[in-house]
Amino acid sequence: MKVLVPVKRVIDYNVRPRVKADQTGVDLANVKMAMNPFCEIAVEEAVRMKEKGIVEEIILVSIGPQQAQETIRVGLAMGGDRGILVKTDDTVEPLAVAKILKAIVEAEGPGLVITGKQAIDDDANQTGQMLAALLDWPQGAFASAVEKDGDTLKVTREVDGGLQTVALQTPAVVTTDLRLNEPRFASLPNIMKAKKKPIEEKTPADYGVDTANRLSVVKVTEPPKREAGEKVEDVDALIAKLKAAGAI
Amino acid sequence: MALDLDTRAQLIDTVRRFVEDVCIPLEETVSQTNSMPDDVVAQMKELGLFGISISEDYGGLGLTMEEEALVVFELGRTSPAFRSTFGTNVGIGSQALVMFGNEDQKTEWLPKIATGEVVTSFALTEPEAGSDAGSVRTKAVRDGNHYVLTGAKRYITNADKADLFTVMARTDPDTPGPKGLSAFIVERNSEGLSVGKPEKKMGQQGANVCDVNFDGVRVPITNRIGEEGEGFKVAMSVLDRGRFHISALSCGIAQRLIEEMVSYASERKQFGKPIIEHQLVTALIADSYAEAHAGRAMVMDGAQRFDRHEGVTLLAAATKMFCTEMVGRVADRAVQVHGGAGYIADCAVERFYRDVRILRLYEGTTQIQQMIVGRELHRKAKAGEPV
Repeated sequence: MKVLVPVKRVIDYNVRPRVKADQTGVDLANVKMAMNPFCEIAVEEAVRMKEKGIVEEIILVSIGPQQAQETIRVGLAMGGDRGILVKTDDTVEPLAVAKILKAIVEAEGPGLVITGKQAIDDDANQTGQMLAALLDWPQGAFASAVEKDGDTLKVTREVDGGLQTVALQTPAVVTTDLRLNEPRFASLPNIMKAKKKPIEEKTPADYGVDTANRLSVVKVTEPPKREAGEKVEDVDALIAKLKAAGAI
Repeated sequence: MALDLDTRAQLIDTVRRFVEDVCIPLEETVSQTNSMPDDVVAQMKELGLFGISISEDYGGLGLTMEEEALVVFELGRTSPAFRSTFGTNVGIGSQALVMFGNEDQKTEWLPKIATGEVVTSFALTEPEAGSDAGSVRTKAVRDGNHYVLTGAKRYITNADKADLFTVMARTDPDTPGPKGLSAFIVERNSEGLSVGKPEKKMGQQGANVCDVNFDGVRVPITNRIGEEGEGFKVAMSVLDRGRFHISALSCGIAQRLIEEMVSYASERKQFGKPIIEHQLVTALIADSYAEAHAGRAMVMDGAQRFDRHEGVTLLAAATKMFCTEMVGRVADRAVQVHGGAGYIADCAVERFYRDVRILRLYEGTTQIQQMIVGRELHRKAKAGEPV
């Protein structure tokens, strides 16, 4: 079975994002970028499946600027086999991403697509679900465990009430939650070998997908600053304060 | 072969993440328990850290000195005990083989050293032979196809874990001083070889030094590295390279100490404002930053020259002298910036203050580096070369 894993280049999770002065988005100038952590979990899951012999080939896809190639390389160093860079400098919304992925799925014929449940930049949490709908494939979103049993994938999902286990008929789409696995560090020798793995370059037009935006961002603002708290001597003082503030 | 910039950036990024996610959270535990957790060692092997300086032909990464320095800058940002775990395989333990070993020796040992399957150690220092490395007394007496080694080595880093020792011993008892020495590879399980108890040290808990005793250890002649009498040359070449490694480590630690200072001084308030806004405190941090950057620039320049095969004995000594002394000053200031908190044992800067003290001592004390710098300058002057 082939597995397709989309990987997104986003602002590094260690970086504190700053909103642009004109409030149109997050300032990305000279900011460290890295693979979206949920995508890393997706790559790790695919690599583990390959190590178990369930998967023969791992194809990584990234849609974005030339530098997204670095993100694919990171995944190749973790154990991916080859990459496809769909190059565009435009913002590509989740629906357009899903359409491009659908076209790639049709061209490559994977038995499984593993995506991150969301990317930490816009937190849209849509692409995997949209892709499943476009392909008319079963989906297991927010996976915390994935187990293959013949043609069936048992996916444990983290839902509000607890854990739900669903059985999916492959081909299927799985999106990863935080607790699915702990991604490995790509080993230094594998980082060097990844350079030799092939990355194919494409454009959205190659897949006949129109990436014109359907959404417009009205405003991006920073969360309100937290004010310093106040220490109180005892419970009575706390209650008095809360009453004074009209909280109780 | 030098890496392309993308690959290099990814490599360094990976090491940085390993340091931040795995090593830094464990610093205190490693220090308290004086041992390195097995799973951390396994991760280091998995990452390939044991083989960074061994060529790709023998299963390593074959990093250039410059690339190695960049990796070590990152590793310096955590307790040096972590680096020490694989440091001997990267540096003094393996480099005699890399530089002077014959094809058979390299093929047999380097692949295992690169993966960390074999841990190596460098046995030069003796109770009576420290800075005066040419005065080694351990004897190697030829007996047919073997040499018989007898003597004692002291303060040997990683000796407790080592599977393989590079040993300097005197093959010519009639030639005193450096010219009578030869270098050998000696396996840990050789009969007559014993390793003493780990010493209790001032710092770097989690990395051990021990005595190594040779009591009539029979070593096949095929285990001699280089020719008879080349031992001192081997040792000095190994140390030249190691000096850039130790210098890079010093700069990495200085970087961490500066981060600790800035973070603490920005939070800690006295006289109604963060202490970093008090000029006398700021000066301590500013001096540290400038000196650390100077050290880093020296390491990069020296490492690039090393990679271009320029003679670097003078620069290596000057760089090691400056960088290790520099990190000593930075650690001292870091304690000062932390005030009383910096003297308390669970504070990272207190630990680093002790950890960095060894850097001025091993692989050539500061005074030995000064002697080398002076000697090299004098030699140049006599030879009519520009100094």
